[in-house]
Amino acid sequence: MPATYEPIATVNVTNVTTTTFNSLGSYTDIIVVAGGLTRGTANSVFMRFNSDTGSNYSYTQLVGNGSTASSSRSSNQTGIMVAAGTTGLSSTPTMFICQIQNFSNANTYKTILSRDTDSNGATEAFVGLWRNTNAITSITVYTGGDFTGGTLSLYGIKAA
Amino acid sequence: MSPLLQTFANGSALGYRSRGAGAIAAYESIATVSVGSGGSSSVTFSSIPSTYTHLQVRAVVLTSTSTNYLLGFNGDSGANYTAHRIEGNGSSVGAAAFTGIGRSYIGFIPNTSYPSTCIIDILDYANTNKYKVSRTLEGSDVNGATGYMTFWSGMWLNTAAINAVNIVPVSGNFAQYSHFALYGIKSA
Repeated sequence: MPATYEPIATVNVTNVTTTTFNSLGSYTDIIVVAGGLTRGTANSVFMRFNSDTGSNYSYTQLVGNGSTASSSRSSNQTGIMVAAGTTGLSSTPTMFICQIQNFSNANTYKTILSRDTDSNGATEAFVGLWRNTNAITSITVYTGGDFTGGTLSLYGIKAA
Repeated sequence: MSPLLQTFANGSALGYRSRGAGAIAAYESIATVSVGSGGSSSVTFSSIPSTYTHLQVRAVVLTSTSTNYLLGFNGDSGANYTAHRIEGNGSSVGAAAFTGIGRSYIGFIPNTSYPSTCIIDILDYANTNKYKVSRTLEGSDVNGATGYMTFWSGMWLNTAAINAVNIVPVSGNFAQYSHFALYGIKSA
């Protein structure tokens, strides 16, 4: 059986607002792992594809904040929220793992999943939609203010 | 090239050995099903070798009608499964339990134009001394009402080793461009 699940790239995002991965390789799925993201203010983290800044994204989230569980939806957005900005400050880093499956197919809209944990705020899950059938050729991760630390890593999984 | 740490949708992780010194590959592709233009009433991964420790199914799913889709093992569709879920529907959160059902749940497709995506972990699938459990992260968003973000757990009340994974929609068929991939994860 062919081995798969390979690292593609890792970037340090200190003092960076936007990071774009342009070389996704010939994989079936892409996984974006955010390690220890810190931010100066409680800004959320978003993702968009192929530099599309139109209102072509939407997402539904499930949140538990330690006392209540809630769900909300946002339609016609300019990006998919993959981590909420409940805290994410220097002492309470955020991590998320975002799954972008069958990203190179050019026949369906793209649905992605993200699991996010604010170490002092909440645990969350997101399902996001990009209403575009194009193959994903680039992934942009951005926030409202600079990240003050942390890494973004890209992995690829190739199906048989 | 292989990662030293493999991370999963739920935040769990597996360590890797370096492949440079006769080490094993821990995560392998077993089989893939891409649904063609005629659709398919089910997807089955059969003859699964027992040489892995865990299985993972990663899928992007479209159906011909709005429906749930289900997870079964070894062709068993008797009332031998249970399932639990927690789900956010965009406005509220709900939880539910199911017992004595014919298969466990994977997810729900609210709109045939918008794919559901899921990751199913089937842990210790070849062990013949205990019932089998699965966990699923699944979601579907439709840019409006009826999007869902769901966690499922499932149990098959059978101690047999799993040698086949069956995925079926409750209604209709899996539609063209649905994509199902099965992976095996080895322990050291």
